[in-house]
Amino acid sequence: MTYRILIVDDSKLARMAVAKTLNALHPAWTRVEATNADEAIALARQSSFDMALLDFNIPGRDGLVLAAELRELHRAMPLALISANHQHEIVSRAREVGAAFLPKPLTEQALSEFLVQAVSQLKSAAR
Amino acid sequence: MTPSSQTILTELELDALTELVNIGVGRAASNLREMVGEQVILSVPTVALVSRAQAIHILGNREASKLVAVHQVFEGDIRGRVLLIFPETKSLELVRAVIGGDLPLEDIIELEQEALAETGNIILNGCLATIANMLQRSLKTSLPEILRGEAPEFFNLAPPPEAADVVMFLYITFAVRERDISGYIAMLMDMPSLVVLKGLLGEFIERATGGGAPNSDVPA
Repeated sequence: MTYRILIVDDSKLARMAVAKTLNALHPAWTRVEATNADEAIALARQSSFDMALLDFNIPGRDGLVLAAELRELHRAMPLALISANHQHEIVSRAREVGAAFLPKPLTEQALSEFLVQAVSQLKSAAR
Repeated sequence: MTPSSQTILTELELDALTELVNIGVGRAASNLREMVGEQVILSVPTVALVSRAQAIHILGNREASKLVAVHQVFEGDIRGRVLLIFPETKSLELVRAVIGGDLPLEDIIELEQEALAETGNIILNGCLATIANMLQRSLKTSLPEILRGEAPEFFNLAPPPEAADVVMFLYITFAVRERDISGYIAMLMDMPSLVVLKGLLGEFIERATGGGAPNSDVPA
């Protein structure tokens, strides 16, 4: 089973780093990248994604606002918010919108754990 | 001909540096939250490499009042100095935001120096430590020192800088307890340090991306 994953980060390097890790874990999955919330929402309206990785610190609306907007469009989509800023206000707001919180810099282990959970969530929803 | 400071880093190297600074500032915000006891929002919308003369010009144009800065020197594979700069009119506000409560003015003034040094130390060390760790190098930093004055003085501290010195100039916004305070972080390096930094950024990019990840569907 392959999935389509949306990656939102204004840093090209950060997107490349996520791409490298994803490529090692799930080379067959399709990655789609956006650099800000507007781009991400436009892409999510055009076609559907199975899951999304959102940087917190993006220009314009931040990753938490974007997470809530994506949640409106796709109620059950697994979401992860990525940030070096682990203040509990941010971590708990991420939980409120049903997004996992992944610390930055993103490690392969943290991403892999999120993906395992996301896949099992998608599979049980499909049953 | 020596390369100009603005063109020595590639777009991806500058992107990597911005990302490192943002991670550093993100961590600093988490640490400040511990000190302040309330959510702290710190963000760095833009990073630019400029010459010292340009840095002085930008600050002079944007800020009419006197400035206050927290200054630290760093040494290691790359060496230079780093300044967290605020307009002096904002510095008491910053202290109020950090300390909280309704302290009388004389107490605020008394605490200003200490609170500024502590806040600056957390923010600047957050950036420097993250940059050093992620580039797998160590940097030693001096104790924070408070400076007051105008931009030309901040960018001409002894020992005198070489003409080729470059400034990594960052706008920083700091929000806590419903106060929004904008300031700047300036990191001054000489050209040899910038060349070393370029090399370290290249290695970091190589490690992070595995030497070029395959292309994905990037929207045009």
